[in-house]
Amino acid sequence: MKRSNEPIFWSLFGAGGMLAALVGPALVFITGIAVPFGLVFKPETMSYAHMLALSQNWAGKIFILAVIALFLWHAAHRIHILLHDFGVHAVTAVRVLCYGGAFAGTVIAAYTLLMIKA
Amino acid sequence: MADTEKIIEIEVLRYRPEQDKEPVWQSYKVPFTDDMSVLQGVQYIKDYLDETVSFRWSCRMAICGSCGMMIDDKPKLSCKTFLRDYYPGKLRVEALKHLPIERDLIVDATDFITKLESIKPYIIPKEERTLAQGEYLQTPEQRDMYEQFSSCINCMLCYAACPQYGLNPKFTGPGILALMHRYNADSRDGGQAERNELGYADEGYWGCTAVGYCSEVCPKGVDPANAINQNKMNSAINYFTRFVTPGGADK
Repeated sequence: MKRSNEPIFWSLFGAGGMLAALVGPALVFITGIAVPFGLVFKPETMSYAHMLALSQNWAGKIFILAVIALFLWHAAHRIHILLHDFGVHAVTAVRVLCYGGAFAGTVIAAYTLLMIKA
Repeated sequence: MADTEKIIEIEVLRYRPEQDKEPVWQSYKVPFTDDMSVLQGVQYIKDYLDETVSFRWSCRMAICGSCGMMIDDKPKLSCKTFLRDYYPGKLRVEALKHLPIERDLIVDATDFITKLESIKPYIIPKEERTLAQGEYLQTPEQRDMYEQFSSCINCMLCYAACPQYGLNPKFTGPGILALMHRYNADSRDGGQAERNELGYADEGYWGCTAVGYCSEVCPKGVDPANAINQNKMNSAINYFTRFVTPGGADK
């Protein structure tokens, strides 16, 4: 019997799910509520200069890439499986759209982050 | 009898291959008491109203796994489901979903049995021991690793519940994958490599999309969704480490 290649997608899905659960709500709170309303953090916390500094730092680059790419892979897998459960069986098309989208998002994010020079 | 006699309507999905082109509903009025199971209701139909109704049953106490059927569209053991819970409404009983109907409430279990045999559902000893060497010992902690998965009675309710099995019958399915885990997780067993060739395929653990309805309908408290998820993790670790683990590549 042929070994499934699903572990690749499932691992990205799992990593994305873990990251989403751990930092997702905190990110929504910080970027969507706390900073704009000046709660806890000062409104200029997310100013252009601060964000640029974050994306110039290697640790910052890795964090931003992980949050964007792994969230995308998580979403791609979940949407793919959900469509399957709901009876959409254009397997190849769905796969290409879902995982292709996540792959494109990952490449674009990585390229953009690399282009931000210190 | 203290109970005043109540009458409940039971609709049975009939399929008699010699006369029905496709399954048809037939309704029966069944007198019942509060202690009567759906199985007893169907038995009443056969004994007093229509002897042609066919169904499987044996133990009447949720041990044999024969009397599974769709009751109001949910997979249940009819011996463990009570008519009083449907009264004063009616109830519909039909053969388990996702499996071919052989006759009335009887499904053809060939696919299930073939798959069950294919996973070697028995202990393959890790080390051969002679009688003189004594029994294979196991601690209570080692037993706890697999015990709940050993409660499966092969009733196939989880197959009627599993949307993936309904979509693709090549998928090994919840109950048998849980049983596979039962043997793989047994400290006395050494058959993991043989069984996981199937487990690690698309037809094995990876055919599951973690819907979890299997675990909800299991009448014996087995949690196939959990067994499968644990093995997805094992399978993923094996997938990535097989080339760096000695002897891992051929597993």
